[in-house]
Amino acid sequence: MDTQTLTYIFVGLSFALYIGIAIWSRAGSTSEFYVAGGHVHPVANGMATAADWMSAASFISMAGIIAFAGYDASVYLMGWTGGYVLLALLLAPYLRKFGQFTVPDFIGERYYSKLARIVAVVCLIVISFTYIAGQMRGVGVVFSRFLELPIEWGVVIGMGIVFFYAVLGGMKGITYTQVAQYCVLIFAYLVPAVFISILITGNPVPQLGLGAAVADGSGISVLAKLDATLVDLGFSAFTEAKKTKIDIFAITLALMVGTAGLPHVIVRFFTVPRVSDARKSAGYALVFIALLYTTAPAVGAFARLNFIDSVNEKSYAAAPAWVKTWEEIGLITWVDKNQDGVIQYAAGAPFEGRAAYTGDTGLHGERLVSNAPTTNENEIIVDRDIMVLANPEIANLPGWVVALVAAGGVAAALSTAAGLLLVISASISHDLLKKTFRPKITERGELMAARVSAAAAIVVAGYLGVNPPGFVAQVVALAFGLAASSLFPAILMGIFFKDMNREGAIAGMVSGLVFTLGYIVYFKSPWFGAVNSADFWLFGISPEGIGAVGMVVNFAAAIGVARFTKATPLSVRNLVDNIRMPKAFPR
Amino acid sequence: MSNEHKTKPGDETAAVYWRENVKLVCGLLTIWFAVSFGAGILFVEALNNIQLGGFKLGFWFAQQGSIFVFVALIFVYAARMRVIEKRFGVSEE
Repeated sequence: MDTQTLTYIFVGLSFALYIGIAIWSRAGSTSEFYVAGGHVHPVANGMATAADWMSAASFISMAGIIAFAGYDASVYLMGWTGGYVLLALLLAPYLRKFGQFTVPDFIGERYYSKLARIVAVVCLIVISFTYIAGQMRGVGVVFSRFLELPIEWGVVIGMGIVFFYAVLGGMKGITYTQVAQYCVLIFAYLVPAVFISILITGNPVPQLGLGAAVADGSGISVLAKLDATLVDLGFSAFTEAKKTKIDIFAITLALMVGTAGLPHVIVRFFTVPRVSDARKSAGYALVFIALLYTTAPAVGAFARLNFIDSVNEKSYAAAPAWVKTWEEIGLITWVDKNQDGVIQYAAGAPFEGRAAYTGDTGLHGERLVSNAPTTNENEIIVDRDIMVLANPEIANLPGWVVALVAAGGVAAALSTAAGLLLVISASISHDLLKKTFRPKITERGELMAARVSAAAAIVVAGYLGVNPPGFVAQVVALAFGLAASSLFPAILMGIFFKDMNREGAIAGMVSGLVFTLGYIVYFKSPWFGAVNSADFWLFGISPEGIGAVGMVVNFAAAIGVARFTKATPLSVRNLVDNIRMPKAFPR
Repeated sequence: MSNEHKTKPGDETAAVYWRENVKLVCGLLTIWFAVSFGAGILFVEALNNIQLGGFKLGFWFAQQGSIFVFVALIFVYAARMRVIEKRFGVSEE
């Protein structure tokens, strides 16, 4: 069977599995729809959290980012895992004890204010939609690459599947499909990684392979060889920093705190039976996440080494088949600047701007571009996203591995999209309708409203996936920055500072949000003509890391305002006492 | 902690329970900060002079070590809290 047929079979089978689970786990009540009835086993919840968390970006792009950024990519590795420590130690157990359905629920009750609840809903919706547009796009990209469908069709099919199990099953359906999706995606990630690790170092464990010697008899370690090779070609060393220390610090902090403040992650801890399960479950979630996140640096380093070995100073005519396959869809471009028919790889862009193909082919059969060539020696440009997707081909793995990777990529994108859709729909039906504007709505009515808003959110997300707003790809940082500067401080102070009152929390959330949003939009959008470079940044902190400063702004504004406004009422102090204890003291 | 509201019986132990929890959290967060921001970022160059197998130590902390420590921290916290909760009689198990 050819790879194409295998891919259809693998992706088709995984879809059948997800739909089967959705039918088996339909939600019958709002509690099942919002938090799966609170009966999810901590290990299952850990897996679901991991699938929820690891998006198309983690699955497809992360190893590629590491391959090209080296040490600088550590911000993502530490940032996207360290947040779980904050979650487990500072938020999850208490939110589970509080025991309602949504993040705005907690903020609304703890700060005894409908306004605080609405501010939280606004933060949640901005954060979640920023995130989800990228997921739908991810589904589309995987479909178009592996099934050769137009991206639009990929998005529509993805929407259909998510619609089916998110609208029907709510959190209950999502949880169990996410467990299945985790299994699919981690298997799909590890199989090629193990093969490649054996190929390069002879060690089957990628985490150890990264620190092992290259299996060419030279005795040099993988990282030392990579450092030497890159410096030779004019790049900076793989294991050295290129960004400034303060920027790396701020980005890591913003990503960690942002992770802990993301509503679709927090809400997963509302689904376990007990407070102690919430802690354990965060631990399991991080184990499942770490499995992929500690493999990614190995995949990245191997891929870079492999890539250089297979293309640099090799004649284009004799280059491996995958170079031409990816060249065909425009993810690899080669310009024979010195007319020798040999590919030279070095630092710098091979030509100005994005590749503009003329439609003609050159002397050696390469696709020609009309861009002006640069003066450096580099002749080839490669899209970092292909590092994971092309890995099986680079390592000559059988067709079923390629098919598996396709199914894994789709699973990663769908599971994250579903989790995001659920928090959006719950915040509309529960926080806006039931708790704010239509308190008399019946249980059936609320469940119906939840389903309708989930459906509407899917349509909006699908639209954003097909027509991504110009700079959306660049603003994933926005989701983390906003979560770090708005929701996280409000929840943290709600648990740990009894004196934090309504006025303080609202002032904090609004100022953190406005500051962070303003900074990112100022530098990232085309509207202000601002130059996005270190010379103009506040303290030298890039928009990716500004959420860390936004968090400080939030804390400062909240504490300042709380000092000069009315103290927290006694009933709320009692509520805080209550959520701090897993169970009331025996009298 | 403010003392403006009246203490009820049992609050004494609740306060002690909470203090123990906060102390534990602070201890674990110190390690959390040390392995990631400390070893992986602030002191990475110094640690890179030390070799751990084929890894420079600072680089290893930034890309692998800190993640392993994070996992351990959460399980240590869960286990220690179980013990504390049993002692105070507030465990749900």
